[in-house]
Amino acid sequence: MMDAHPSGMFRHALATRLWHWANAVVVIVMLMSGATISNAHRFLYWGQKGAMPEEAWLRVPRWPGWMTLPSHYDLSSAREWHLAFAWVLAFGLGAYLAASLVNGHVQRDLTLGRAGSHYHTLQKLVYCGLLFGMVPLLIGTGLALSPGMNAAWPWLLDLFGGRQSARTIHFLLAGGMAAFLVGHVALVLVSGPAKLLRGMLWGGEGGQ
Amino acid sequence: MIITRRTALIGASTLLAGCDRLNESASFRSLTAQAERANFTIQRSLQDRMALAREFAPEQRSRVFRANGTRLPQGEDYARHAVEKFANWRLKVDGLVARPLSLSMAELRAMPARTQITRHDCVEGWSAIGQWTGAPLKLLLDAAGLKPTARFLVFHCADTMRSGVPYYESIDLIDALHPQTILAWGLNGALLDVAHGAPVRLRVERQLGYKHAKYVERIEAVSDLASVYGGKGGYWEDSTGYEWYAGI
Repeated sequence: MMDAHPSGMFRHALATRLWHWANAVVVIVMLMSGATISNAHRFLYWGQKGAMPEEAWLRVPRWPGWMTLPSHYDLSSAREWHLAFAWVLAFGLGAYLAASLVNGHVQRDLTLGRAGSHYHTLQKLVYCGLLFGMVPLLIGTGLALSPGMNAAWPWLLDLFGGRQSARTIHFLLAGGMAAFLVGHVALVLVSGPAKLLRGMLWGGEGGQ
Repeated sequence: MIITRRTALIGASTLLAGCDRLNESASFRSLTAQAERANFTIQRSLQDRMALAREFAPEQRSRVFRANGTRLPQGEDYARHAVEKFANWRLKVDGLVARPLSLSMAELRAMPARTQITRHDCVEGWSAIGQWTGAPLKLLLDAAGLKPTARFLVFHCADTMRSGVPYYESIDLIDALHPQTILAWGLNGALLDVAHGAPVRLRVERQLGYKHAKYVERIEAVSDLASVYGGKGGYWEDSTGYEWYAGI
């Protein structure tokens, strides 16, 4: 929820602020542990299978230590981080969507073509794309990499066109998430980080 | 608020060092390890016990089935078995069973076999599709008669790893009794070759690649895994911290 403050500052609802800062940690952990997992096999494929370089459509660069978690190559640790924080991402998304429907954030601020929102159309498109597109698809394609879940829910894998397609889509979405993160931080830095940070930390009330 | 390049770099390197320190922290890692317990509990509750892994058409098989892990076990014993075409290899079933078994490869191949074209998913991320033929593990366990206290099956292998300990893996009874869990002696219509685990390997199709023990010599039924080697249920689990169930 965002109310216009007399000073022009926004007030973010508690759910928005909690989700935002949880995600600041979760997304960075997921991207960095994901970079380690990517280093384990740097080839991407389409379809059900793919194991050899000649089957690949893309050879991914080896991500340097400052981009990976842990900073040295350690696949089992990276998997543990990635799979633990995946639960936070999934439950966080569910809880945030539920809270935002209840407090009216989705209806007021994210519905396209509706007056009274505090977001531009482009902002709405980006945030809706993340909330209803990218994050659910990241979770879905990640779950589709589970051989156990493939047996339980074969339709999930069919949705993405096979395990190696799901892995490719998962990787491309992660790239999109990294691009969003860079763009988001850059936009905050150029449009008054102090005010925006206050708004996201305390809901804007402690400001001015 | 002024963020200079210098403070940003200092901040980033502090963050990295902090992550590495958390990675080494036993209490933090016991927390992240809970995620595997959650994966196990939730996946098992969503899964039908008998839900089959997808089976593919012959033309969907990988042209080259990538071989990983041990490709040639070291030592004179295995070399002799290979020269003898595994005529004197024995597959033992013992531990918590009523009637321990010791089968020759001829006896194993004479048992009713299941052939399945399935996808093999390595923990590193790649997948290969191949056709496996072998005896359902359930038939061997029925013949041996599992005791009621048996809860896990441990697969002891003939390949010795870098630290001098033999490879081993383990599964629970749900995976052991699954219809696609077979002791495979054939790959793509030929006898299993050395690189893929000759003369016999485990196929446990709803699990990642490292669970599919190769060069199996002995299947031991146990009541818990704590007393087996490092106690975590497998060579990679003990040595490098890979998950026993994993799930993804």
